[in-house]
Amino acid sequence: MSTQQPGSLPSKPPFWNDPAVRATVFQVIALAAVLAVGGYLFHNTQVNLANRGIASGFGFLDQTAGFGIVQHLIPYTETDSYGRVFWVGLLNTLLVAALGILFATLLGFVLGVARLSKNWLIAKIALVYIELFRNIPLLLQIFFWYFGVLRHLPAARDSVNVGDVIFLNIRGLYIPRPVFGDAFLFVVIAFFAAIAGTVFLARWAHRRQAETGQPFHTFWVGLGILVGVPLLTFFLSGMPLSWEVPKLTGFNFRGGMVMIPELASLLVALTIYTAAFIAEIVRSGILAVSHGQTEAAHALGLQHGPTLRLVIIPQAMRVIIPPLTSQYLNVTKNSTLAAAIGYPDLVGLFAGTTLNQTGQAIETISITMAVYLAISLLISTLMNWYNKRKSLVER
Amino acid sequence: MTHSFRRTAGAALALLATTGIAHAGATLDAVKKNGFVKCGVSDGLPGFSYTDDKGNVVGIDADFCRAVAAAVFGDATKVKFTPLTAKERFTALQSGEVDVLSRNSTWTSSRDTALGLNFAGVTYYDGQGFLVNKKLGVKSAKELDGASVCIQAGTTTELNLADYFRSNKMKFTPITYDKSDESAKALEAGRCDFLTSDQSQLYAQRIKFANPDEFVVLPEVISKEPLGPAVRHGDDEWFDIVKWTLFAQLNAEELGITSKNVDEMVKSATNPDAKRLLGTEGERGKDFGLANDWVVKVVKQVGNYGEMFERNVGEGSALKIKRGQNALWNQGGLQYAPPFR
Repeated sequence: MSTQQPGSLPSKPPFWNDPAVRATVFQVIALAAVLAVGGYLFHNTQVNLANRGIASGFGFLDQTAGFGIVQHLIPYTETDSYGRVFWVGLLNTLLVAALGILFATLLGFVLGVARLSKNWLIAKIALVYIELFRNIPLLLQIFFWYFGVLRHLPAARDSVNVGDVIFLNIRGLYIPRPVFGDAFLFVVIAFFAAIAGTVFLARWAHRRQAETGQPFHTFWVGLGILVGVPLLTFFLSGMPLSWEVPKLTGFNFRGGMVMIPELASLLVALTIYTAAFIAEIVRSGILAVSHGQTEAAHALGLQHGPTLRLVIIPQAMRVIIPPLTSQYLNVTKNSTLAAAIGYPDLVGLFAGTTLNQTGQAIETISITMAVYLAISLLISTLMNWYNKRKSLVER
Repeated sequence: MTHSFRRTAGAALALLATTGIAHAGATLDAVKKNGFVKCGVSDGLPGFSYTDDKGNVVGIDADFCRAVAAAVFGDATKVKFTPLTAKERFTALQSGEVDVLSRNSTWTSSRDTALGLNFAGVTYYDGQGFLVNKKLGVKSAKELDGASVCIQAGTTTELNLADYFRSNKMKFTPITYDKSDESAKALEAGRCDFLTSDQSQLYAQRIKFANPDEFVVLPEVISKEPLGPAVRHGDDEWFDIVKWTLFAQLNAEELGITSKNVDEMVKSATNPDAKRLLGTEGERGKDFGLANDWVVKVVKQVGNYGEMFERNVGEGSALKIKRGQNALWNQGGLQYAPPFR
């Protein structure tokens, strides 16, 4: 070390003692180690696969699958490719996840509010529900609904018959399928026009209230527009809608739409299970808003409904949304339990049957994991965006 | 099931992480070091491999693994059984979770090539059939247009069924389960109209029903299903041991050597074929890296092929399946083993 000259700046330490350089060096070493391990695993896999003569690569996605699938939202036959199987499985997963999230949210909010009800019976019912369903493992609940309940429905020939149009049996719930005529397009257009009209109305009402203080029954008028306009168009255009009713022919019902019991039990179990958690989240959100807010709102002359809608819930949402996101992610991931009862979801069809028929474990498992990761990140992103919009604007 | 998903994912990871050595004899060395043969069997199929009321794994597939253990260790009990669903089985073998897959699996070209397996022979010649409820009044598979079918996921039956219905211009609704038990229960409950699987499985599942007489196996057999044990590609020595264990059992039956008379035969056999097989002449056992009297141990402890068949699926069992195609070649069947010399 050179001796320090008076008045000059302290000389720079040698680079191996420079904290900034050191930090960079350690990061580079760590990164290189991770890459090396990754590279080793990759190389090792290649060698192993080659040694054992196992096919690799993604060419199998174009090969013919050759097996049937009970529920497909896009057209599918046995002669389609494994790539198509992937899409069928993905859509089945998204279907059950989306419906599960929707129903669990609705049921969870109702239960969460009910749990806080001043009515003793309602509050206790909600309490028992929550403690019962959130403490029983989900897989058992799925088994309960599938094997315990839906397995005991009557056979196809002895179906529960509702007015000769809806049938319920062990094979599923059969309902009529709407068949849209060409003129139905007008109804759709009318519906979108009604949405635009309602949005415009809401803005106008909001502005009028801000200027004059006159409230306007936006909800009821908006509902009237949303229902009335398309309905009027529907009758004016000559009712361009018919129904295809399911009919028992041979072994099964044909025509109409069917909800298979595998989907029903999975959906019911997911909804009931997750709703119990969401109810607690909602309750905690509402309780997090101090009672003083309610009293202040009442003191300003707001009635009970507007107090809840304009004061309590907007503040509660800030507490509710982050844990709610986790529940939505759980619904999506828990939907993989589908394989236990034979619902054809992504894991069952792609990481299961396709893997087994092609033997390409690494490719199918990687694709499947990547897809779940992508779905989860997408849900997180959406919820974070919503959370940001709802968050407290600090001034 | 997530359980099976986890197992498959784990097996896939094992493929990533295990070191890339696959020299000949590696499996035998590993088996000897472990002290037991890791054997993949089905998750419960009477006659082939299922757990009886005493907790023993019994069946022709389980017995074949015992024969391999007898060949390697001279002790048929040195087997560790791993129950696998149809979906899990090949990954479990590929990743080394099991050494032998003896799980009523059909020998096909893609499994031999793309899946990197070697089938060591055929323990049971089977064919795909249909099991229906008598109430439906169906006499032939051709009448099944529009029916729902219960089926096991990830099997050749799944593919054969689709082919059969397509070539006959019929439609079907598949209800797919991971386990054969689940599909059988679904048929019993009426979730589907018929069950399709290897014929042996249909008979095996039917005896588990509450009312077996309500169900009937249709006459059609729509495929060839040669079922046999499989090993991994890349270890020829182990492949030879597994393959010749089966051939030794077949040759023993052909030469009239049974578990009862094998000790007698060791002392008194004059037939050169029998003497070579039992190791009293020549040193064929050494070629395999095994004891010279390994076939004696196999036959003494597990029996010849015919004994194994009769005990598990034949007249001596609940299944009461006739030898049929599985009789020896000189008795009108297909079972034929290359000579032991």
